[in-house]
Amino acid sequence: MTSRVFHRIQLPPVSVMIAGIVLVVILLLAIFTPLIAPIDPRNVSSYSLVDMEIPPVFMDGGDPRFLLGTDNQGRDLVSVILFGLRISILIGVGAVLLAASIGVALGSIAGYFGGIIDTVVMRVADVLVSFPTILVALLVSGIARAQLGPETVSTWAPVILILAIAVNEWVQYARTVRGSSMVEISRDYVRAAKVIGLPSGRIILRHILPNVMSSVMVIATLNLAGAILTEATLSFLGAGMPATYPSLGTLIRIGNEFLFSGLWWIAVMPAAVLVVLVLAVNVVGDYLRDRFNPKLMTN
Amino acid sequence: MIKIVSARLLQAVLVMVAVTAVAFVMFRFVGDPVSMMVREGASQAEKDALRVALGLDKSLAVQFGEFVWRVLHGNLGTSLRYQQPVTELLIARLPATLELVIVATILSLALGIPLGIISALKPNGILSRLIQSVTLIGVSMPTFVTGLLLILVFAVNLRWLPSSGRGDVVDLGFWQTGFLTASGLKSLILPSITLALFQLTLIMRLVRSEMIDVLSSDYIRFAFARGLSRRHIYGRLALRNTLMPVITVTGLQIGQLIAFAIVTETVFQWPGMGLLFTNAVGFPDIPVLAAYLLFVGLMFVLINMIVDVLYTFVDPRLRTKQ
Repeated sequence: MTSRVFHRIQLPPVSVMIAGIVLVVILLLAIFTPLIAPIDPRNVSSYSLVDMEIPPVFMDGGDPRFLLGTDNQGRDLVSVILFGLRISILIGVGAVLLAASIGVALGSIAGYFGGIIDTVVMRVADVLVSFPTILVALLVSGIARAQLGPETVSTWAPVILILAIAVNEWVQYARTVRGSSMVEISRDYVRAAKVIGLPSGRIILRHILPNVMSSVMVIATLNLAGAILTEATLSFLGAGMPATYPSLGTLIRIGNEFLFSGLWWIAVMPAAVLVVLVLAVNVVGDYLRDRFNPKLMTN
Repeated sequence: MIKIVSARLLQAVLVMVAVTAVAFVMFRFVGDPVSMMVREGASQAEKDALRVALGLDKSLAVQFGEFVWRVLHGNLGTSLRYQQPVTELLIARLPATLELVIVATILSLALGIPLGIISALKPNGILSRLIQSVTLIGVSMPTFVTGLLLILVFAVNLRWLPSSGRGDVVDLGFWQTGFLTASGLKSLILPSITLALFQLTLIMRLVRSEMIDVLSSDYIRFAFARGLSRRHIYGRLALRNTLMPVITVTGLQIGQLIAFAIVTETVFQWPGMGLLFTNAVGFPDIPVLAAYLLFVGLMFVLINMIVDVLYTFVDPRLRTKQ
């Protein structure tokens, strides 16, 4: 018993602590970007063409004013990346929240009521999981483009991206929640709740959902890394955030064009930030999974 | 046996019906087919005539039936961008994608299996820890960033390898191959490494966990007790049973690889189906998108079915379970 208590207060390994700190710092940077960023990339008067194409500070010709160098328009890369980071995280979190809401709702309804609702939801889920998220998201993006026209799409890009990613990602939550609610429903306390005539909605919300939330949180953390990557990939392929309102993926796509002229930092710096962000989320997510729910299968 | 196969078939048909329905909805309802095909400044009468000619005045059920009929005959409509039949476009680009996917699969197996075995045999050794941390970074590294860094190092700085295209190809009549020319092979190196890395981690982790499972089983302990050589136990007894699931997963992953080739092909401007698809998203070229969806759906279903059925043949235990 005592060993168990000690196990509970054991600190996570150093790598997880570092990842956690990195994650907190990144989140704070993203939240307070407008206050800390040296310039506003969308405000033309805050930067000047004179400063264009300056390399990062650790290279020859670097300028201490621009830690990571400047892009082809003379914008400070630190500021550009911070604003991009903000958008990437916003879309990632948005997609995870939407996917989790849809998944938890459909999964608990399917598990609780069973029968035809269950069959339909799970069949749709089966078909969706056979397709990779990136493919489905690209299709949704293409359809949105054809249906709404390029201008609307570029205005509503964050919303479309969140939808495009969530379309495929809710399945994991639905499957887990469905399984758990089918277990819970046979427990005595749920039967008792049914006997005293509580409405189904209340039983699902108050009795079943609290029991599945820890699994949902773990999936959500691991999923966040995937959602951020998917968004970055879509933007890199030109099917995501427009250049006027760039995410990290868009910045890497723009930087890609300068790769051959030796201006490698314009692409590599945002890419490095993206990898660090995703790595930190993955490390923390893996730890949470092992800690709270070792049996949880996530792909 | 027949029961399993028919249940699988039914599921496969179900998936294909769903995919076809989505493709139909895309063809029919995304954008207006008439306004996309009619000449500029056409009168209402001309539009109506075209509507009738395209069969858009019939009931939805009939239209869907006709659509399925056309698809079964390989008629997937005309690309809005290239003004060519979509089937021809896809077939012309199929060899490029398949060659890339095949080389990437071989690469990831050739590297993933040995690395997985090493980290299973000595789970706490320095080498396996190193492998573990590198994989975590590998998982967090998006495919396009890997490709970008490879281009930066090997194409821009060292100038060893080309950064885009397929190089020279040899036309075999039915198949354009890049395997037979020096520039074709050189062009293949960077894209196939990029695509293989995506799959390498998965194979490594799988081999590792399977190997650890197998090594703790009774027959391996018995083999040690009999005094058989380590080489024989690891190389023959353990590895064989480890590889069964690896083969399955590799088969199933080929579908995923084809989809992920979209990203790799775009980074390296590799003229395969993936690049066709990315360009179609930007255009947007709905017939190409719908046709690609149908194609990938068919690939997934076929590969899944073949793997499942093969497995029941190979592993007799699965036949008796229901």
